[in-house]
Amino acid sequence: MSTERKPLLEVRDLKQHFPISSGSILQKQVGAIRAVDGVSFDVYPGETLGIVGESGCGKSTTVRSISQLYKPTSGSVIFNGVDLVRADSRTMLKARRDIQMIFQDPYASLDPRMTVRSIIAEPMIIYNNRRLLETPMSPMDIERRVEELMERVGLNKAFKNRYPHEFSGGQRQRIGIARALALNPKIILADEPVSALDVSIQSQILNLMADLQKEFGLTYLFIAHDLAVIQHISTRVAVMYLGKIVEISEAVQLYDNPLHPYTIALLSAAPIPDPKVERERKRIILTGDVPSPDKERTGCYFYDRCPKKMPWCSCHIPPMFNINEKQHVACWLYDKRNLSKVTMEEAEADAAKVAGAEA
Amino acid sequence: MSMKPNAKTVLEVKDLQTYFKTDAGIVKAVDGVSFSVREGETIGIVGESGSGKSVTNLSLMRLIPSPPGRIVGGEILFEGRDILKLTEKQMRSIRGKKISMIFQDPMTSLNPFLKISTQMVETIRLHEKDVSTQEALERSIEMLKLVGIPSAEKRIQSYPHQFSGGMRQRVMIAQALSCNAEVLIADEPTTALDVTIQAQILELIAKLSDKMGTAVILITHDLGVVAGMCDQVCVMYAGKIVEKAETDELYARPSHPYTEGLIKSVPRMDTTKKGNRLFSIEGQPPNVIDLPPCCPFHPRCHKAMEVCRHAYPPVKDLGKGHEVACWLFADESEKQQALKEANVKEKAE
Repeated sequence: MSTERKPLLEVRDLKQHFPISSGSILQKQVGAIRAVDGVSFDVYPGETLGIVGESGCGKSTTVRSISQLYKPTSGSVIFNGVDLVRADSRTMLKARRDIQMIFQDPYASLDPRMTVRSIIAEPMIIYNNRRLLETPMSPMDIERRVEELMERVGLNKAFKNRYPHEFSGGQRQRIGIARALALNPKIILADEPVSALDVSIQSQILNLMADLQKEFGLTYLFIAHDLAVIQHISTRVAVMYLGKIVEISEAVQLYDNPLHPYTIALLSAAPIPDPKVERERKRIILTGDVPSPDKERTGCYFYDRCPKKMPWCSCHIPPMFNINEKQHVACWLYDKRNLSKVTMEEAEADAAKVAGAEA
Repeated sequence: MSMKPNAKTVLEVKDLQTYFKTDAGIVKAVDGVSFSVREGETIGIVGESGSGKSVTNLSLMRLIPSPPGRIVGGEILFEGRDILKLTEKQMRSIRGKKISMIFQDPMTSLNPFLKISTQMVETIRLHEKDVSTQEALERSIEMLKLVGIPSAEKRIQSYPHQFSGGMRQRVMIAQALSCNAEVLIADEPTTALDVTIQAQILELIAKLSDKMGTAVILITHDLGVVAGMCDQVCVMYAGKIVEKAETDELYARPSHPYTEGLIKSVPRMDTTKKGNRLFSIEGQPPNVIDLPPCCPFHPRCHKAMEVCRHAYPPVKDLGKGHEVACWLFADESEKQQALKEANVKEKAE
């Protein structure tokens, strides 16, 4: 990745907290679910950034905060030089043309009362009516574009008057892709687009998305929990845990040489479809479950489950260490100082000193 | 994983047929499925949604909703008896005691109104009348410890919602094995779980099966899970087993074009070739209503021949128990014969 390239999307310290309220009449906030808790990354034009992580780690919330479906608590999302978090509705409307989404559930993301034609045409009609397209489209233009899109994603254009329930899961996902492509977006945020599909259909959709990327020069932000799928499609990969990115690296490096203990455990837990390989692999089985994201943490977010934890980690949040140009990891193991010898007392004293200095 | 070639056969399914009557026609959800499971062995059943994996196993438990469903043919031999011929009362003494099942969704398979203790004690006392409540409770706590639930004595008094998904699945496994079941049917036990939790649960099932000699039938769509867990694999397509082999053999020499496509179409983490197109099986699984007498895979098959369109292929044994139902492995004379018969039938119609 050359450093001169300008990122298409810059996410800086994005936080998305959902309030927990109690009280029946006088509601008051008693806490917050820290779904996304300080995430920063760049997405470069033409690449695919994959985001992996377990359920509840904030993958989907990150994507939804980027597209401003949720208003982020703090941080900024800069797309093409515009900060979407602070943009007014008109600017946002323009930006949304270039940011489209594909959702996980092909059954729930299409309106059952609309025909395929009206589903795919809807974005064009909306933007056309508000005069936000460079060249206004006539109804005939829209009709032609719908047919063209259907053929491009592998649907028979003769089916344009059918309803979503008449299609299978894979075909519905194709409709969702056609809808996302309708306005010629620059970036597509794909939230688990293949996880609801059968394996044979999954490979069809992955191939289609790869083809479209080449053809239209699309940029993808691709979420999945399947590590093999992420490896297949991504140029770079971000691994999330409990609302934070723990490692962000080029895909090849991440899979060949994972750095963060969580990434290592995650990769070793994913089954490989080959009995010989499976028998010889060493599994790192993490104990316990992902903790609840409802409290503020002062130490490493992975501390409770980490097989390599040190006293230092319990009270210091690791920053992102740049190992080299291609690998970045948030783990104290990669600090230049050797922290493994620090005792609990020393670590706590240091943390207290830092907290005192800040106050 | 353990190979026990001399272990005794616990369950044998012969030519099972389960049909559902719908307004659109008869759905042959399971159509002539045969396999057998030995003590301590794990057998995997793989297939896409709608291929009949779950219906096969609900049939083993006699849990097919009837109507519309009905087991129209075949035998299920358990301890030498055909359980399809048992009365409902006799079946109740087997179901949950000798043949147990864990389901895909741990969120909905436990009763949210009852404490874990109540649910586990109920299971044990239902099957073993002479066990006192106290004894049953102690055994339940023991089982919970065995499946790795910390401070089981306290946790057993919790309600299901106080457990996480992975923990609930552990409770389900503890409950299923609390009566020393001989066969454990696991219907997609890890599909709703995350990879790190999946690894924990799979290891647990393998460990318990080894320790207690339980035969496991593992239903899944994940070829990776099968590779790590199973001794034998059956691949199902449109209600039929299209290929059956020992796991190593199946992955080394997938013979049916569907199995081959399935294995090739999943991206693999360990192979470094990247950016290549994935192999994909075009088209979609067939509708199993009123299937014509042909190979149900032929419209998607890249090796389809004339005969595939006219007759269902015979099952061929390729040695070492590797069975495949595909015309590619049939003799020329058989193909000619099948074509001739199909011709005669078409003319008659």
